[in-house]
Amino acid sequence: MNNAHPGLPDFVEYVKPASLEEASKFLVAHAGESRPFLGATDCIVRMRDGIWKTKYLVDVKGLDGTNQITFDPAVGLTIGAAVPMNKVAAHPAVIKHYPLLAEACHWVASYQLRSRATIVGNICNASPAGDTIGASMLLEGVLRVFGPDGYRDEPLNGFFKGPGRTNLKPGDIAVSVSFPLPPQGNSGRYIKLGRNKLGDLAIVGVTAFGYPDSSAASGYRFRIALASVAPIPLRVPKAEELLASKPIDEAVLAEAAQLAYESCTPIDDVRGSARYRKQMVRNLTRNALVDIWSKIRKDA
Amino acid sequence: MSFHRITIRINGNLEQVDVPGNLTLLQMLRDKLGLTGTKNGCASGECGACTVILNGDAVNSCMVVAAECDGAEITTIEGLASSGDLDMVQKMILEEGGVQCGFCTPGILMSARALLNRNPHPTEFDIRDAISGNLCRCTGYNRIVTAISRAAEAESAAVK
Repeated sequence: MNNAHPGLPDFVEYVKPASLEEASKFLVAHAGESRPFLGATDCIVRMRDGIWKTKYLVDVKGLDGTNQITFDPAVGLTIGAAVPMNKVAAHPAVIKHYPLLAEACHWVASYQLRSRATIVGNICNASPAGDTIGASMLLEGVLRVFGPDGYRDEPLNGFFKGPGRTNLKPGDIAVSVSFPLPPQGNSGRYIKLGRNKLGDLAIVGVTAFGYPDSSAASGYRFRIALASVAPIPLRVPKAEELLASKPIDEAVLAEAAQLAYESCTPIDDVRGSARYRKQMVRNLTRNALVDIWSKIRKDA
Repeated sequence: MSFHRITIRINGNLEQVDVPGNLTLLQMLRDKLGLTGTKNGCASGECGACTVILNGDAVNSCMVVAAECDGAEITTIEGLASSGDLDMVQKMILEEGGVQCGFCTPGILMSARALLNRNPHPTEFDIRDAISGNLCRCTGYNRIVTAISRAAEAESAAVK
């Protein structure tokens, strides 16, 4: 890498708008050469290496609602776009009601990076490997977006269009992500396979979540999201339907893991081959489901 | 290129600095303020050699834009022993022999200081997590972990 003197290109400018309206107007006026700027842990590297040709970094930290994290037992959790992952993972309400989110944060890079990196940034960058995206999807996260036409909500299921591509348009600023209160008796797991124990991007990431539900034929519902094995963070509806309809035992959990294997379309890259990734999806999905099942089953 | 005038409290001293929008905090510290104790390693947020304490949190200064630091409080390695006495984590790293080439050491000390500020009684897991973003390629981590653990014990004993 040619970076004897590391830094951003000379043409990069820092912009600090006073309001969301001002920020949105600026982003529209400079569409294609500006981007909202949160923890910068992705954009500094990509801009320095010339992958992103962004000219204007529009700092939206501190704008309306982006710095708060709030919890209301009746409504749920709202995490401002600028709240760093370390603050999310240490928040008492997250630890108590959304431990899956804290676990996912913990697997991102290193402590220092998590002092800056944000969940909303992780979501908006839409990397198929994003560690906190699976948990955010399975916990039914909804992104609050301020755009040229005002506020709107973007449910995360359906938000991702491809690597780095989402429903966001020029002028859109993700302000926060909200999660309803999770169902009673739930349990979740994020299992990340990296080349080393901490810090690496996921070769495969499996997020799973389960809870008792008397409206399901099996008495339980599970949700599964896969990272790094498709162009977008992937849900596995076939496996989720199976686990809601068939009485749960180890064989059915293995069958669901096989459906996860069949649904993913990974690529070969420096971190692992497609074949290896598929097999690890099956193994890690089974491990996650077995672990969750041991925690939520009522006859245990 | 437009400049931004920012006011920061750096190692206890108020400073005004004019920074272009493309300058990282690491570049400002080293090239504008002459604080070269903060090291430039990977400049990608991977190695932790540039770790400083920004508003109480350990961060990679290569991953922070200087212009966004207006009003910030920053502590660098130069601020750890500004009174002339070494900080407890510095003393223990020396005693334990947790330094060989020393390039990673300022970053490790800043991660350790931030850890003990927020958690005076860390477990070994907490310590390893806090320095998970600090790569050391010669000393290995055992002596460093022991040194941070001893610093925590010594500081707790001093408080009692």
